[in-house]
Amino acid sequence: MKYMLLIYLDELALSETEREECYVESTQLAQEIKASGQYLAAHPLHPTSTATSVRVRGGKRFVTDGPFAETREQLGGYFLIDARDLDEAIGIAVRIPMARKGSVEIRPVIEIAGLPAD
Amino acid sequence: MSEDAALRVRETVDAVYRSDSRRVLATLIRLLGDFDLAEEALHDAFRAAVEQWPRDGVPANPRAWLISAGRFKAIDGLRRRARLDALDDGAEPVEPATEDAWDDEGVEDDRLRLIFTCCHPALPPEAQVALTLREVCGLTTEEIARAFLSAAPTLAQRIVRAKAKIRDARIPYQVPSVADLPDRLDSVLRVVYLVFNEGYSASSGTSLTRHDLSGEAIRLGRLLIELVPEPEAVGLLALMLLQESRRTARSSPAGELVLLADQDRSLWNRDQIAEGLALVERALSSRQFGPTRSRRRSRRCTPRRPTPLPRTGPRSSDFTTCWHAPIRRPWSS
Repeated sequence: MKYMLLIYLDELALSETEREECYVESTQLAQEIKASGQYLAAHPLHPTSTATSVRVRGGKRFVTDGPFAETREQLGGYFLIDARDLDEAIGIAVRIPMARKGSVEIRPVIEIAGLPAD
Repeated sequence: MSEDAALRVRETVDAVYRSDSRRVLATLIRLLGDFDLAEEALHDAFRAAVEQWPRDGVPANPRAWLISAGRFKAIDGLRRRARLDALDDGAEPVEPATEDAWDDEGVEDDRLRLIFTCCHPALPPEAQVALTLREVCGLTTEEIARAFLSAAPTLAQRIVRAKAKIRDARIPYQVPSVADLPDRLDSVLRVVYLVFNEGYSASSGTSLTRHDLSGEAIRLGRLLIELVPEPEAVGLLALMLLQESRRTARSSPAGELVLLADQDRSLWNRDQIAEGLALVERALSSRQFGPTRSRRRSRRCTPRRPTPLPRTGPRSSDFTTCWHAPIRRPWSS
């Protein structure tokens, strides 16, 4: 079963060194779960200052600056994993370095028919 | 079969329902992988027992018979539904379970699986409590709602959502690994203590239903130490028994709270005190200390003494009175 691990943190509270360390540790984790067959994808995201939101209403498009909602913690990256059950997913989520600073939201993925295969 | 004999069989079915229905349910959940399906199967199995036992006699192992009947009925139902849905729908065949899937040891493991799943920290705390009372203790939604003074539809909704999360997020039906056990056991003990407190701290006006909650919590505590004899679980049961021992002395006939120093100690339940103290010794002898044991240690001085001590500190509650009192040996001293 697939789980999306969404990493939330206060993006302004992170120093450049901490960010670099986080990338190194996250890459290491990705390699480890790849070896155990649980890795599907992972990426950090640029801060919300680079975000653009798009809405289409009545056929007309509205493009605005910034994230969908202003929140205390922002989405900073994700892991998409394959795990047997929620306990296994939790086991991986606690190894994500940003779980120690922000939080990791675990969302089960819905499998729908007709999506292109990997 | 005479009417008398039929009545006796009926009583047997009732007794088996009371003693074993939760065990049967726990195993059916594992075999069928779905709470709702298992509950339906449980009721089908007991319906079959009411029909067949008077005719064929009570089976040698009623529990195994019920599990087997429930599983068969559920699979039969699934097949029929699959046929109705569509023939090319690719309905997954249900794996036949091995015959030893419901030996006694396996069944006890299933009860533990059920407790840990209902108390999974990924479920909201109020849902953990409701689900545990519903699935592990077998209380009806109405009974739980009454005990927690909430509306039955709200409670039903909470249980439905929790079951949906168990299914959709795939909360596993398993006893946690040794590494995770301390954390996960904490969550179970918290639920049991919450259920107990809900019953214990209620005013006497609603004491009847509330008393049932304390009783359920103690029953759960006993089940836990039977299945996981961890000192923390032993300590929690001791704490609950020692508190419960003073229940009748805690309120006046008018329903007002009677503080510890003023309680009629002849009303204290000596059996519960003896059992509680024995459990205290057992938990302490493990030389491991967790939150419930320290909480309980601070209170265990109270029920030992047949007469109140002279007051030594400010009296604001049972707890502080106990806190200020020196520890002494029991009745012998």
